[in-house]
Amino acid sequence: MAEYIIKNGFVFDPTQGIKGDKADIAVKDGKIVKSTEVSSKAKTIDASGKTVMAGAVEIHAHIAGPKVNEGRNYRPEDKLFTYRPKSASSRMAGGFSIPTTFKTGYEYARMGYTTAMEAAMPPLYARHVHEEIKDTPIIDEGAYPVFGNNWFVLEYLKNKEIENTCAYISWLLEASKGYAVKVVNPGGTEAWGWGLNCLTIDDPVPYFDITPREIVTGLIEANEALGLPHSVHIHQNSLGNPGNYTVTLDTLKLAEGFKAKNKFGREQVLHSTHLQFHSYGGDSWANFESKSKEVMDYVNKQKNITVDTGCVTLDETTTMTADGPFEHHLTELNHLKWANVDVELETAAGIVPYIYSPDIKVCEIQWAIGLELALMAKDPMRCFITTDHPNAGPFTRYPRIIKWLMSAEARKKQIESFKHSAKMVEATHIAGIDRELSLYEIAQMTRAGPAKSLGLSHQYGGLAPGMDADIVVYDFNPEKPHKPEDIEKAFSAAAYVMKTGVPVVINGEIVSNGNKRTLWVKAKVNENPQVMRDIRDKFLRYYSVTQANYDVSSHFVPNPHVIEVDATH
Amino acid sequence: METVTITMKNQPKLYLEADNISPDKFAGKKASEIAALHAYEGREQTTLGKYFEIAGEGGATAADTRIVVKGDVSRVKYIGMKMSAGEVLVEQSPDMYTGAWMQGGKLIVKGSVDSFAGIGMKGGEFLVEGNAGDYLGAAYRGDWRGMQGGLIRVKGNAGSDIGYFMNGGTIIVHGNSDVHVGTHMEGGRIIVKGNAPSKVGGQMVGGEIFVYGTIDVMMPGFKYVQDEEVEVDGEKALFALYHGDTGERHPKRKGQIVYGKLYLKI
Repeated sequence: MAEYIIKNGFVFDPTQGIKGDKADIAVKDGKIVKSTEVSSKAKTIDASGKTVMAGAVEIHAHIAGPKVNEGRNYRPEDKLFTYRPKSASSRMAGGFSIPTTFKTGYEYARMGYTTAMEAAMPPLYARHVHEEIKDTPIIDEGAYPVFGNNWFVLEYLKNKEIENTCAYISWLLEASKGYAVKVVNPGGTEAWGWGLNCLTIDDPVPYFDITPREIVTGLIEANEALGLPHSVHIHQNSLGNPGNYTVTLDTLKLAEGFKAKNKFGREQVLHSTHLQFHSYGGDSWANFESKSKEVMDYVNKQKNITVDTGCVTLDETTTMTADGPFEHHLTELNHLKWANVDVELETAAGIVPYIYSPDIKVCEIQWAIGLELALMAKDPMRCFITTDHPNAGPFTRYPRIIKWLMSAEARKKQIESFKHSAKMVEATHIAGIDRELSLYEIAQMTRAGPAKSLGLSHQYGGLAPGMDADIVVYDFNPEKPHKPEDIEKAFSAAAYVMKTGVPVVINGEIVSNGNKRTLWVKAKVNENPQVMRDIRDKFLRYYSVTQANYDVSSHFVPNPHVIEVDATH
Repeated sequence: METVTITMKNQPKLYLEADNISPDKFAGKKASEIAALHAYEGREQTTLGKYFEIAGEGGATAADTRIVVKGDVSRVKYIGMKMSAGEVLVEQSPDMYTGAWMQGGKLIVKGSVDSFAGIGMKGGEFLVEGNAGDYLGAAYRGDWRGMQGGLIRVKGNAGSDIGYFMNGGTIIVHGNSDVHVGTHMEGGRIIVKGNAPSKVGGQMVGGEIFVYGTIDVMMPGFKYVQDEEVEVDGEKALFALYHGDTGERHPKRKGQIVYGKLYLKI
């Protein structure tokens, strides 16, 4: 395979503590190697005057599956005037907040992202998720099956059967080719089947008589007993409601007393996603305010938690979540079209378009909260940048968020342009924060941090020899004076992107569709006849498909990258 | 005002997507530059010059530019799309999406227009001397933001689904319309001077619909309120006012529930 040497760039690599020193990065057979290990035939990429980082890792985005596709189906207006015709190396691509699979791959790659995780896979529709993942070029992907409202989990955890829960998780990860244990509005989505919700962690789930508190702690216990690469990944109860920060703190506190057990170097036992939607004060939209400080003060001192921000980008977007009751609440607020699906024994989903307008006070406050979380983070290795794509905005806005985080001037300009800037400033902390994140901290929040949280720090998020050759060169000189807009421009279209040793982007244009892989976790457990019988029984009694038509067989995952865990004892 | 005359000389085999036929795009350009503006025939990108003979040149701005489109344009879509000022005169009958997302200026079609004419229109004046197709002044597929401003006047008949998701502006049809008038309408005014067979104002939240002729089947969600004299298109007349669609949500303004208004001429 080809050899490369990326020369003279300003390198930012948190895994080796390199903070902008000039260094050469050598590549051989798809891996990063020591500069001495490549021959004189290695192709030289000149990165002088430019920034070099590892490929970025997306920890939470809704980019593949039935929910995303229903968004595409029912929002043709999202595609209007967005299509780009095919080129020599890329296919026709379009869409804004819910881009086509092709555009998803191309746009992530152009920004220097080389790995992305689909954040909510309904197991029953896992085949659809994998069909879309297969059609998303370049980037490595995995998907998190949802467990927080699953009848098996609810029944096992009600009876405190952790070992059975582990066996079921192991079975479902393999059946759905899933990566991690995702929890969305634990208990609340099941309650939605009765037209109800769980708005605190002690609201009982109808029929099952279990609480979100028991679901979350039970799943953390099972996740650590299995030693999975990622921790439990939670979308908490009471998302998007004024005053919900107390529920957020209650949930985060559930991680206290647990210790991460795994062979992947992961330290957290709970990842709390799109924290922006969970850091709200006030008791109505009239006195709505930021509680980012209260939430981040806790996150900063509690080392076994990681979070991502869910930054609002001030765009017209499409909200979509397995939090069915929340989407109904949203359509009642904005009167825009609503789609809702119940997924049998497993989950549900809702979709509603949403406009985060810079002329609406609540949206302005939401914008501030998302940024405050990142700016208040004491450990950038535990707080990651996301937009919960497409819920708070499309992932294509990451360069703009990086600009806001790296430039107090850019934030000031945005605050001044808001219609209700004085009221917004009163309800938030943003105006008083002068912190400007460094490129090193950005590399922690978008590369090394999420890779470590996912248990993938041995291959992603850094530039140390032995890691995958996922390398990005941005046309940005950290030693020269620059305007805030230069940051956004540089991160929007990388000068050069390499994915596992293959150049995929040159000067912001796609040059190859790469060789994308699907990550999934095979967790081996002791044989468990009871769980196998329960599964057979549920398929016969309740599912609309047979078990034989449920598994994601290997042809759906043509280029797998399997991470194995042995939890037998 | 400068005039550019474009005359169809080579008919496209497929339909031609010619959204560059607009005063905004022609302004400041010579005939040769206008000929080089792109269009799509099927999936192939081509130029206007391949199909049209172009005479004259654009004015300094869109407002100073007038376009006359001559010849058979029955296979040409998107004439006058997003135009913000100036004038376009089409002598015959163009295909779909004429005047789509128009923002200002004046667009006159001597013949008839096909479907989706004036969709998402924000401003300006759009006159059709013949008939209009379906989805006149409607919203784009999936969108909830239909016509928001401006005036569409059709001297002949219109098809179905006119003013779908209309939010503002005026549509006047001198002849008859087909079914589904002002579905999901939230504002603006639709005037049908002939008949409207059925499904008038379905799921209407606000706005006004006037029908001078007959409605064969009224929607069940409308209730008679009173007779009212209203000035419509420059003349006063007496109408029976109905409120609706009562099956739909309705906002309150100053303590009063706002209904869609359907006026039937007495």
